[in-house]
Amino acid sequence: MDTIELAEEITKIAATQTINITGSEAVLKALIAEGVKTIFGYPGGAIMPIYDALYDYENELEHILVRHEQGAIHAAQGFARTSGKVGVVFATSGPGATNLVTGLADAQIDSTPLVCITGQVFAHLLGTDAFQETDVINITTPVTKWNYQVTDATEIPAALAKAFYIAGSGRPGPVVIDITKNAQIQKFDYEGYTPCNHIRSYRPKPIIRKEYIEEAARLINSAERPFVIFGQGVILGRAEKEFKTFIEKGGLPAAWTILGLSALETAHPLNVGMLGMHGNYGPNVLTNECDVLIAVGMRFDDRVTGRLDKYAKQAKVVHLDIDPAEIDKNVKATVPVWGDCKETLPLLTELIEKKDHTAWLRKFAEATEKENEAVIFDELHPTKDEMSMGEVINVLNELTKGDAVIVTDVGQHQMVACRYAKFVQSKSNVTSGGLGTMGFALPAAIGAKYGAPDRTVVAIIGDGGFQMTLQELGTIMQYGAAVKIIILNNRFLGMVRQWQELFNERRYSFVDIQSPDFVMLAKAYGIAGQSINERKDLKAALTEMIEHDGSYLLEVMVGKENNVFPMVPQGCGVGEIRLR
Amino acid sequence: MKQEYTVTVYTENQIGLLNRIAIIFSRRKINIESLNTSPSEIDSVHRFTIVINETEEVVRKLCRQIEKQVEVLKAYYNTNEEIVWQELALYKVPTDVIAEKVKVERLLRQYGARAVVIRHDYTVFETSGHREEIEALIKALEPYSLIEFVRSARVAIIKASHGFHSKLKEFERGEPGEEVVENEFLNQQEGVFSM
Repeated sequence: MDTIELAEEITKIAATQTINITGSEAVLKALIAEGVKTIFGYPGGAIMPIYDALYDYENELEHILVRHEQGAIHAAQGFARTSGKVGVVFATSGPGATNLVTGLADAQIDSTPLVCITGQVFAHLLGTDAFQETDVINITTPVTKWNYQVTDATEIPAALAKAFYIAGSGRPGPVVIDITKNAQIQKFDYEGYTPCNHIRSYRPKPIIRKEYIEEAARLINSAERPFVIFGQGVILGRAEKEFKTFIEKGGLPAAWTILGLSALETAHPLNVGMLGMHGNYGPNVLTNECDVLIAVGMRFDDRVTGRLDKYAKQAKVVHLDIDPAEIDKNVKATVPVWGDCKETLPLLTELIEKKDHTAWLRKFAEATEKENEAVIFDELHPTKDEMSMGEVINVLNELTKGDAVIVTDVGQHQMVACRYAKFVQSKSNVTSGGLGTMGFALPAAIGAKYGAPDRTVVAIIGDGGFQMTLQELGTIMQYGAAVKIIILNNRFLGMVRQWQELFNERRYSFVDIQSPDFVMLAKAYGIAGQSINERKDLKAALTEMIEHDGSYLLEVMVGKENNVFPMVPQGCGVGEIRLR
Repeated sequence: MKQEYTVTVYTENQIGLLNRIAIIFSRRKINIESLNTSPSEIDSVHRFTIVINETEEVVRKLCRQIEKQVEVLKAYYNTNEEIVWQELALYKVPTDVIAEKVKVERLLRQYGARAVVIRHDYTVFETSGHREEIEALIKALEPYSLIEFVRSARVAIIKASHGFHSKLKEFERGEPGEEVVENEFLNQQEGVFSM
């Protein structure tokens, strides 16, 4: 036998050699093979074998013990959004799994890649109403991209390979793998882990059709008032550079959805601002004046479009999306450009002519001027004694130079933060956009910090939302996650109050919310902090927060009945945006 | 305009997929008039036949949502003119009544029915065809103490289909083939691209 034959023989033997391991170990080996380093989770009866195996993997896998499973999944979302990787969650059966549902729905609608592994009762107990048994697969079906129940350990490597492939490819989304306890304990002959890269019934991306690219380019070239609107697709497709080259060549003004925020730096001359209900004046009004609307990786959410029959009726629509189901769903596309925008944008850039559209851009500048006078200047430099949310963000911008990760909760502070926060790099804005989950920000900020450990992570939260998941202060305490927390406290559930003021004759029905002493609360968790209610303390307090070594909670008392403007009232078209 | 559409879905044979497809309809409060699951011409590929009453726009969007599911290979929708379809029905009637009062032979010939079981206490007839034909036989049997009636879901064959074999080969390759989804705009609206 010569050496080559010998080497072949050895390879053959190695290939057939298997090791005998438990299902639980197979789970952990799969995670390691997929490059996972951080898991957010909470143990319980039905997932104990996996946790027992985890005990021996301390060096390879870092497990963050949260205080509630909802905290685990939001943390994994924050992690996925700042790192661009798949977030991983462990939870037990029954209540552990049902506590994940809000996060799954959030991740589904905001296209966040997650793999959630839930423990399940023994296979022989399925359907017997066993202790902590719940039908996780059927509960999570509407809020997952894919889910699967494993009842035999031999299925584990393939099921997890599929899970990671599905979660992270195409339009990303959450996946649940429910593993019965017997499968976790069961020993089997493990043949190694093979990542998945093809499923015959699943097409992560549609093929790119040249004729559509050509038609789209022709439309853009003939346009006099082209307008680009972009969403998270640019970030998920890692196409920030391609996008910038595209708009720069075409001289195309571009506005963002709140999930697309930070894909293009705020200061870019072609960045004309925010779309939608509380977006900027120009992008909303001029949507109804453009002649070609170019949508990139966005899904025409109702908060962006307002009334559809009054939305961009005059415009030809070019829609770039990776998900064919999004084309024509809400707004009819004149030219659908199916495909990953990382690939379609360069093809389009090549075919478009170099232009600058100066006169058209001036209209955006004029609109900004108008909005500045009516809204922005007062919001950022108020003359009233009470502080505004906007001025807090404004000073924060000054201190961070736009280089921080901003995590927001849901409500007025979220709209203000998205409107005024400045960004210089992508994957910097983490918020619950589609589902609007109050309580999202605190746990998501913890995950965001693990996803981007070298960056400053600032969670901006309202007094209402903070009280929904404040137990995660315990997680911050235990792991020392250096999350900076700003509570913008207006002593109201502000967004609902604003609507009640504007549309329900100031009938303030159950929006008057009391809060504990947040600073003392933080102190109980060993987290430093202070509360301020005077403008003169703002800059020093924010500086102290940022420079503090470790987590810090800063409560800022802001105007009780401030409103967020501009606003497209519900049932109105984007052209009917109100400045006050 | 709402009309009857038959949605044909080719899928992997996977537990839970029926639920995943059904909730796409129920989430939008759309009633499924008829649902049949069966094997297809290809081993391992399953076929759903779903009948709903909706506008074409809604049906088209539904099909895209269905195709988006990981284990769905392809979804087609067709009007009744584009398919050959059949339903099957069973009718149980008391034998004595039927023997005395009905000219069974004529009944069977007229409605294309056949007797599946004849016992001294009851007889079961079977017929297959379109909805109207099945309902006509109910009408005919109703006066004779019809004991029990059941109708199956619709099964349908698409007239223009050349089978799913070549499509499946395409799916099994790593890269998707040329014909993916048809686009009605490029095909029909010539005026669309002129500015």
